[in-house]
Amino acid sequence: MTLTTTSPPAEAELPRLKLDVAPLLVLPILAVLALPLVGSFPTWVTLTVAGLAMGMMIFIMASGLTLVFGLMDVLNFGHGAFVSVGAFTATLVLLPMQGWMQADSALMNLTALGLAIALAMLVTGVLGWAFERVIVMPVYGQHLKQILVTMGGMIVAEQMIHVVWGPDQIPLPLPASFRGAILVGDAAIEKYRLIAVAVGLLVFAAMFLVLNRTKIGLLIRAGVENGEMVEALGYRIRRLFVGVFVAGSALAGLGGVLWGLYKETLTAAMGADIMVLVFIVIIIGGLGSVGGCFIGALLVALVANYTGFLAPKIALVSNILLMVAILLWRPQGLYPVARR
Amino acid sequence: MLTLTGVHTHIGQYHILQGVDLVVPRGGLTVLLGRNGAGKTTTLRTIMGLWHASRGALLFDGRDITQAATPDISCAGIAYVPENMGIFSDLTVRENLLLAARGGEPDTARLEWIFGFFPALRKFWNQAAGTLSGGQKQMLAIARAIVEPRKLLLVDEPTKGLAPAIIQSLIAAFRELKATETTILLVEQNFSFVKSLGDTVAVMDDGRIVHSGGMDELAEDRELQQKLLGLSLDAHQ
Repeated sequence: MTLTTTSPPAEAELPRLKLDVAPLLVLPILAVLALPLVGSFPTWVTLTVAGLAMGMMIFIMASGLTLVFGLMDVLNFGHGAFVSVGAFTATLVLLPMQGWMQADSALMNLTALGLAIALAMLVTGVLGWAFERVIVMPVYGQHLKQILVTMGGMIVAEQMIHVVWGPDQIPLPLPASFRGAILVGDAAIEKYRLIAVAVGLLVFAAMFLVLNRTKIGLLIRAGVENGEMVEALGYRIRRLFVGVFVAGSALAGLGGVLWGLYKETLTAAMGADIMVLVFIVIIIGGLGSVGGCFIGALLVALVANYTGFLAPKIALVSNILLMVAILLWRPQGLYPVARR
Repeated sequence: MLTLTGVHTHIGQYHILQGVDLVVPRGGLTVLLGRNGAGKTTTLRTIMGLWHASRGALLFDGRDITQAATPDISCAGIAYVPENMGIFSDLTVRENLLLAARGGEPDTARLEWIFGFFPALRKFWNQAAGTLSGGQKQMLAIARAIVEPRKLLLVDEPTKGLAPAIIQSLIAAFRELKATETTILLVEQNFSFVKSLGDTVAVMDDGRIVHSGGMDELAEDRELQQKLLGLSLDAHQ
């Protein structure tokens, strides 16, 4: 459903809603400030690309969650389950197809990976639908119960992973053509990180187009702002919510596959572990804001990489400090969503 | 068109509507008056299904909508303009109207008709609704409710906080709407705004309808106004 302009507008007299560029500027400012501290330009490039790649993967995992919160005010602490399940589901394709994964042919690598991602997104999408129906729906509007029941759901999902795949870590080697690095001057940039950046940008572009150029996207944006009014216009916001929940779960599954390949090792708790960063990202970005989530994810990842290199002891708390600083600057997050 | 019979509504532990009986005749403009907290907004929200009646019945166009879901009530032909206008600030004027046109694109002829009494909407077509003035937002909220023909229009205090010039354009718009035989239920506290518009009037107090009848009768009877609305006898001289 693509939108077209209905009527020729006359000239506007009101000031246009200006693009708020301040949060966008934080990213380059942070990167530029880090350069003299890091000292070496090649190291800085490597750290920056690593940060961008990590940020893109976190964005993919977090984007669905921020919309779920924005649309229905649901705190889903079980979102990490979809990350873990997505990664483990991918092994159902990737391990039997190791021959294809380790072949010299990029086409064979991509085919195997594409099948794994498709299966992971399908399974996590279906799981997301069941999770919403069985676990989330009975606790609409009850935040404390949402936290408890969704965390419980994540624990159950983790234990189910142990039952199906066993308690041990599962190694997940990168496809042959994704291994190694390319040299840009003296800076070595891992190929997989560039691929992660490309996939993240692709997901962001797709979400941007859907949210801004389709009626479903308009409904989601309107629903995040005032769900009650969307219902009063005749649309069933709960159906919309289920759709967003399923899409968000599938994206978390995609993020899980990418994250698993990045770490090259899978554990059942990988989803729960990354959720701390995911929550920091959606809080920093502004609850319900996809654009804020994107900027927030990049910020969190860049800060984690720079501080990990410069001051490893501070790295553990760097994201909390970042969140505190951002919330002191903008208490509603970088791009707060207008609420009724 | 719309009949409420003995409607009770609870919000949490509070018993807001305490047996509302209201008839909204087809094709006319019914005004619901009353002081703050009398239950006017709750009445509209109950009609719209945003809060459900705990007792009583709501019949719309011969159909029982007492426990119907809000989207079903909207699809049955009732449009709602809430007190806070409920516009989507991050969306443009065009996008706000596009969402209200469930059949796809808004009808061009109908848009032109709306632009006739709300010209600002054409001017600010691609402007984010959040940048509009209060009066323009109210125009957008009403335009959104009528961008497709609806059987019944519920409007909650449209003049609240608006400048007199904007109120005049709203009066003109409601006259236009009345001419199309759209049934309107208008909640208002500004009696001078509605006395020339209303065909029938109901006055609420403490969650009940305490008076209903023709607007002419109330507009001409200052003692009745004093009794029901607490208006000063000098206020309309």
